[in-house]
Amino acid sequence: MFENLTNRLSRVLDGLRGRGRLTEDDVRGALREVRMALLEADVALPVVKDFIERVRARATGAEVLQSLTPGQAVVGIVHRELVAILGAPVPFELRARPPAVVLLAGLQGAGKTTSAAKLARWIRDTQKKRVMLASTDVYRPAAIQQLEKLAAEIDVPFSAPQGAESALARAAAALEDARNHSIEVLIVDTAGRLAVDEAMMDEVAALHQRLEPAATLFVVDAMTGQDAARTARAFHERLPLTGVVLTKADGDARGGAALSVREVTGAPLLFLGVGERTGALEAFDPERLARRILGMGDIVGLVEAAQSAEIDQGAAADLAQRLKAGDGFTLADFRAQMQQMQKLGGIGALKDALPAKLAGKADLAGGDRTLRRLGGIIDSMTPAERRHPELIKASRKRRIAAGSGTTVQEVNRLLKQFAESRKMMKKLKGGGMARLMRGLGR
Amino acid sequence: MFGPRKKSADEQPKLGFVARLRAQLNQGDSFLTRDVRELIPAGRPLDEELLEELETRLLLADCGVDATRHIIDALRKQARKERIVGADAALAALHKILTEMLEPVSVPLEVDATQHPFVVLVVGVNGTGKTTTIGKLAARFRAGGHSVMLAAADTFRAAAIEQLVAWGERNQVPVTAQAHGADPAAVAFDALEAARARGIEVLLVDTAGRLQTKQNLMEELKKVHRVLGKSGAGAPHEVLLVLDATSGQNALSQVELFNEAVPVTGLVLTKLDGTAKGGVIFALADRCGIPIRFVGVGEQAGDLGEFNAPEFVAALLGDAG
Repeated sequence: MFENLTNRLSRVLDGLRGRGRLTEDDVRGALREVRMALLEADVALPVVKDFIERVRARATGAEVLQSLTPGQAVVGIVHRELVAILGAPVPFELRARPPAVVLLAGLQGAGKTTSAAKLARWIRDTQKKRVMLASTDVYRPAAIQQLEKLAAEIDVPFSAPQGAESALARAAAALEDARNHSIEVLIVDTAGRLAVDEAMMDEVAALHQRLEPAATLFVVDAMTGQDAARTARAFHERLPLTGVVLTKADGDARGGAALSVREVTGAPLLFLGVGERTGALEAFDPERLARRILGMGDIVGLVEAAQSAEIDQGAAADLAQRLKAGDGFTLADFRAQMQQMQKLGGIGALKDALPAKLAGKADLAGGDRTLRRLGGIIDSMTPAERRHPELIKASRKRRIAAGSGTTVQEVNRLLKQFAESRKMMKKLKGGGMARLMRGLGR
Repeated sequence: MFGPRKKSADEQPKLGFVARLRAQLNQGDSFLTRDVRELIPAGRPLDEELLEELETRLLLADCGVDATRHIIDALRKQARKERIVGADAALAALHKILTEMLEPVSVPLEVDATQHPFVVLVVGVNGTGKTTTIGKLAARFRAGGHSVMLAAADTFRAAAIEQLVAWGERNQVPVTAQAHGADPAAVAFDALEAARARGIEVLLVDTAGRLQTKQNLMEELKKVHRVLGKSGAGAPHEVLLVLDATSGQNALSQVELFNEAVPVTGLVLTKLDGTAKGGVIFALADRCGIPIRFVGVGEQAGDLGEFNAPEFVAALLGDAG
């Protein structure tokens, strides 16, 4: 849907390569692209403005000037700044006399009830604590039943007080319940509420006062737009938030809301909801979230891997040299390229690294398997055959197929594909390999 | 999804829907409202500085980069053509541009009386308010003199069936449901048969929330759609996609991908009673052209109104409309 930042910046800046210095106009152009990318990722406008100022200072530095790919260099800066703002992961620890209370709050439909159950399961399984769930949502039809069912599903006790009708009464009863059953962690779900609903905000503030929670978590939908900053601020004014849970992060939302909420409240991001099942809760990882907000999938990682020693830059240069000299592209080179691909984690990793939108479109499912089979075929050839594939006639094909556990048809297909690649390489001549590798980054 | 609750609205004099919508949109941070007049004092021409300020406000309302640019460009063009001076003229020009964008998608939902039942399939991502919208729609169709039935085809989420049953009781309309975990397509099909047998006029089918990128869940939805279609008579007659006004630019992806799976014929924009402005509908109107049927401004059954472009824009801009 949206062009990712790498594309945007490469378009604006990569033409400037080797100019020695960027003008103010160049920087302004780059920052405009950063701004657009962040707005499209639903980062709140005031947060975007602050962020741009931080990046501006660094984008004029030597790092960008000396880079062969100024676009990539700026992406790197933006990414690092994002990671810095998102903050280092904070372990979720409850320091309080048991029962330690965890209070969840947020807008309607943010995913509080599901998150309550996920959190209960997570705390019980990873911290080995006795957990209890309680609901104070006396408004939404069947909200209490929903949590009760989830509690039963994950086998966690549920506080179901008799005769407690108000949210506050239910909370007080749950606290009592937890004490009586020597529960260590009591997770309290609340009704969804609008920050502008005074009566409801009073209620949650009263709940907070009564429960004295060890953790007060703001639950926010990854799809939230500009309103995330406003709402988070309003909640934070009434409730001292100690952490943030970003829900529905398994879709294609960029999740810019996470950045807005983090900036506005200063509360650390703790968890990401990544599915509807109670096990689908992930600890927050700033690197991955930053990539997601920039719509890059893990492509930064992929580009870094390609540029690092993992990819044999020497071999690529060598190939380029031979191509220039008029020596052909051989099956051995073809094989080497495949190996480099596999060093990057194979096609499967490529799919993970791609922005969700693209990965969905591309048919990469069988890719790794195919790649392995092709590798096997080439490995079953003699060095002479790899250099001169035209040698391979019917009987050699049968031998190669038998040696690699494939069929003659597959060998034929590979030879045909290779012939096409060779044609392409002739066209690309020179910087072919380098260009192909750079193509990965786009 | 959220039941009526006692709130201060009860004590206020009963306002019309538009008035309420306007009151809701104007609360919280100001958008284009209230201070636009102060921003553009009498005699000041609509210059670049003011355009930039308006641009900021459109972005803050979730209009998105593209739609905002479109609106500001149009305004700039007009300002060049016919010197716009002062707040009133600037607002009038903006009003016109915004209304023109929404007018083509301002098409109310008409229940086709020749279809028995008229089947409405309600879809959307998790937590946008599908079940609550169905509750409100049930009340609305009942008030319009139709017989209504609800089908609980969200068999996944815990207590989703109970939630719909509660809405059914509240509106005194029958609810067809099966066990938790049942095949949603089977629930929908049985409900359609039951509704037909009982001569029901409108059947509202609730479905589980699903993220638009989940292939298998979208396949499940396609199946519900397909199975409803198999029973003949062109069902479902309306596929309503429920969007949350607090959502940002992801709403575009929601509309696009849901529409790829099942042909979406109408949109509902919920939760406009918060501080979110739902500006993403300008981008939607611009890009998708799917009719916007209803907007939700609260949790009461009466808080769902028909979408109307001039009214919506008037509420957004806070002018006399």
